[in-house]
Amino acid sequence: MSVVLGLAASGSVPTSSTVTHSANWFLEYAWLVPLLPALSFAGILFFGKRMPYKGAELGIAAVALSFLLSACAGIAWIQHHDDIGYHAVQNSTQWLQSGGVEFSAGVLVDGLSVMMLLVVTIVSLLVHVYSTDYVGDDKRYTHFFAFLSLFTAAMLFFVLSDNILQMIVGWELVGVCSFVLIGHWWEEKPNSDAALKAFLTNRVGDVGLIIGTITLFFAAGGGVTFDTVRINEAIVQGEVGHTALIVASLCLMAAVMSKSGQFILHTWLPDAMAGPTPVSALIHAATMVVAGVFMIARLYPVFFEGMQIGGSSINLMATIGAITLVFGGLLAFVQDDIKKVLAYSTVSQLGYMVMALGVGAWTAAVFHLFTHAFFKANLFLGSGSVAHAVHSFDMKKDMGGMRKFMPKTYVTFIIGSLALAGLFPLAGFWSKDEILVGTGGWGLLGGTGGNGAYTFHLLMGMFGAALTAAYMTRCVYLTFHGEFRGDRSHGDPHESGPRILVPLYIMSGLAVVAGFVNLPAGFQLVGDSWTERFGHYVEPYKSSYFPAIDHATPSWSLAVAASAVALVGAGAAVYYYFVKVDRLADETQQSLTELPDGLSKSNGLAAAGHKVLVNKYYLDHLYEGVIVAFTKGPLARAAYWVNQKVIDRTVDKAGETAVLVGRQVYDVVDQGVIDGFVDGSGRVSDATGEELRRINSGKVQNYAAILFAMAAVLAGAFLIIFAL
Amino acid sequence: MLLNQFLLLSAMLFCIGVYGVLARKNGVLVLMSIELILNAVNINLVAFGALTDDVGGEVFALFTIAVAAAEVGIGLAIVLLIYRNRRSIDLSEIDLMKG
Amino acid sequence: MSLLAALSADADLYVAQNVFFAVIAAAMIFSAVRVVTTGNVVHAALWLVVVLAGVAAQFILLGSEFVAVTQVLVYIGAVVVLFLFGVMLTRASLGDDESVGDEKRGMAAVVGVLLFAVMAIALIDSFEDGRLVIENPQSVNAVSDAIFSQYIVAFEAVSVLLLAALIGAIVVARKD
Repeated sequence: MSVVLGLAASGSVPTSSTVTHSANWFLEYAWLVPLLPALSFAGILFFGKRMPYKGAELGIAAVALSFLLSACAGIAWIQHHDDIGYHAVQNSTQWLQSGGVEFSAGVLVDGLSVMMLLVVTIVSLLVHVYSTDYVGDDKRYTHFFAFLSLFTAAMLFFVLSDNILQMIVGWELVGVCSFVLIGHWWEEKPNSDAALKAFLTNRVGDVGLIIGTITLFFAAGGGVTFDTVRINEAIVQGEVGHTALIVASLCLMAAVMSKSGQFILHTWLPDAMAGPTPVSALIHAATMVVAGVFMIARLYPVFFEGMQIGGSSINLMATIGAITLVFGGLLAFVQDDIKKVLAYSTVSQLGYMVMALGVGAWTAAVFHLFTHAFFKANLFLGSGSVAHAVHSFDMKKDMGGMRKFMPKTYVTFIIGSLALAGLFPLAGFWSKDEILVGTGGWGLLGGTGGNGAYTFHLLMGMFGAALTAAYMTRCVYLTFHGEFRGDRSHGDPHESGPRILVPLYIMSGLAVVAGFVNLPAGFQLVGDSWTERFGHYVEPYKSSYFPAIDHATPSWSLAVAASAVALVGAGAAVYYYFVKVDRLADETQQSLTELPDGLSKSNGLAAAGHKVLVNKYYLDHLYEGVIVAFTKGPLARAAYWVNQKVIDRTVDKAGETAVLVGRQVYDVVDQGVIDGFVDGSGRVSDATGEELRRINSGKVQNYAAILFAMAAVLAGAFLIIFAL
Repeated sequence: MLLNQFLLLSAMLFCIGVYGVLARKNGVLVLMSIELILNAVNINLVAFGALTDDVGGEVFALFTIAVAAAEVGIGLAIVLLIYRNRRSIDLSEIDLMKG
Repeated sequence: MSLLAALSADADLYVAQNVFFAVIAAAMIFSAVRVVTTGNVVHAALWLVVVLAGVAAQFILLGSEFVAVTQVLVYIGAVVVLFLFGVMLTRASLGDDESVGDEKRGMAAVVGVLLFAVMAIALIDSFEDGRLVIENPQSVNAVSDAIFSQYIVAFEAVSVLLLAALIGAIVVARKD
């Protein structure tokens, strides 16, 4: 491949100072990484059915080779970085030329893209292996693997893009592949509906993506280049007007909101659970949804300047992220479907990433993307392993007590949950802590700085940490503890096979160690040369195409406080489920999913035992409800009550309130406001339609007449305003 | 010659085409009116191309002709389908979008 | 009126062209009006031929011979024939089109006049002094060079579009 500098002729844009065109073989030939899965897609599609393992072996071989190349590229990048510093390697060639504009195609290899290559290939490889068992008897087995390969290739292509036009291509390819894979079992209507919903919701954002790209092309690319590095450089050097950047960043933000499931365009993400579980793992961990976060990271100057992140205390992106993370966490509480819990959890975690980018904590966001990929893939694959055994995803109806049947899956799921909840020293702890530090809102006992004082976002982040810990505890209890509630007529569920377990082991191992690659600066237990390795090699700090962001100083007090908050969240849920519900279950000899009094009355669970429960917990019930009733109780239990008052009152209420709030948010905001908005707009147009019935005749020509007349009126208005 | 004489001719043709699209009942006649609109656009393209002495105007007029050919093909296929289903191509009878 | 004054200003150079333009334009507008008002579908198609031929003549006046030739070949040669096939296959009454309500005609006429008024004002306001000086017709060489170098991508896109339209038309019109 010829090493050609894309669009060298353009004079107005300054030449790159931190981009090089020759480097280590693995960096120069990084384009092989997406090429291999793309070739395997074609190979599986045409010859897959005739292969001994129906094409799976080709996909696994290609992705494994890609993974090896990525790993070598990672090592090469570290050497390259040590030798000459952060100099991205760009290789591009002219793709086509039309109307005087040259379009180039190429790869941009720097720390960010190498990191993404590694994450995508490793998750994809494990998902490939896992799928050979999980969809082993599927009738479209070969087809499934073909698109798994294409999905991987599309994402790799996307992260290696060196220009924004190529990014659109990758972005759309990822969207198409997710459509195909979510709708893999399209014979059932809900599945094809979910696929369509995912695709159409993403189309909404794509409008923003295209407008944003065009704006950047003219405003920052000088109308001659789509090159990412050049566009970023032009913005960093202040050559681009602020208005254009606001427009571009807002449009691109719309794209990110749809792709990365940010509130209010998140609704497709839980529905996308209709796809096979390995696909969910791939979508949520490494490919589809992180594309939006990656785009912000790649075009960071656009957002940094456009959203005015530095020196502020609030901005749109950080606020969207903060709302999303709390909102997603609350919704995760009330889901009965294990995959939906994880889906809302992903929404919440993506909120963290976007919030981190919004407050200027670039490395924290990308680091969280990195760690999240491992533990979320772990959790998804684990949930798939359980679901594979019980043939259902419903935690309340068909699971419970699974730890007895699937001890190995249980252990890996616990590790993933702890990592997600951010407990020391697992991966999630380090990245979440870094995000909270990056908000710069923590003024207590030192450790502040950063790009502004985002106190509100810090508080939302802390609250989200408590929520995360609590809903994962609930999920673990409902799935693995208590008594098995499913159908035993086909015998007990049994542990999954090695092709499912080995990927789980690897993922949970990574979920443990991934956090250590970016120990905070000043971490006393290891030398300085071991801290912030991730940020050092990945963040293009001080390169010509990265804005001058500030770095916050980590603080012990914040780490302790955040962990304490998470532990309180987990503790409340543990108390509610593992102590109270479990005890009740023992007493009633039933497998319960929540307390029958309080909130879950309407659930009608344990109808037979309900009377017993009322008698048994009559006092408790009164205690929780009315204080006056306290005096009616037997005096002998007074002391017990006082004891309960302290613990139950706080912990129990906290847990229940969270569930209540979650349900409220789900009912009111998600189902009420958003759906209501859609319904309401329908009703409004219905009411207006009654008025405008004569116009709304269904006759195409009447509509066309209105269209043309309004266009004429509008044009006339412009004419009067601007011309006359 | 003035540029405006061509542009006004084109505007006139365009508006006659719009009238036809809005007033005609027969599907085939509506398609013919659309051809009038497309030809008006072509006159504009070529006239501006001549004004700026740029070959782009002509090139895009050629593209428009190609697109118009495709449009007629598809349009007539749709009209044919409507006719086959309803035994009529009267557009005023097609009101399935009625609110 | 300024338009007439401007026309006579360079009348010494372009008398013949202006006369031709006026005659062709009048014929085109008359035929176009007939296309959208005649009751007979076949007649409408034939009036359309006159309009299309007029457009081709205008292209020649503008020095775009290749486009004019293409216009004749594609439009008059193919598209009109396609229309006649359409008329035949849908067995539309070859006689008068059923009467169209006056209300609908009135609405369409109002919209058309409104559109024309807006466009005419805008055009006269913007291009009052745009003058066309056509010395040599555009050579076919230049057109082909542009298509196959500068606009190659658009050309390919149009090719794919035509293919898609071809397949689409077959799929839509096929008897199942």
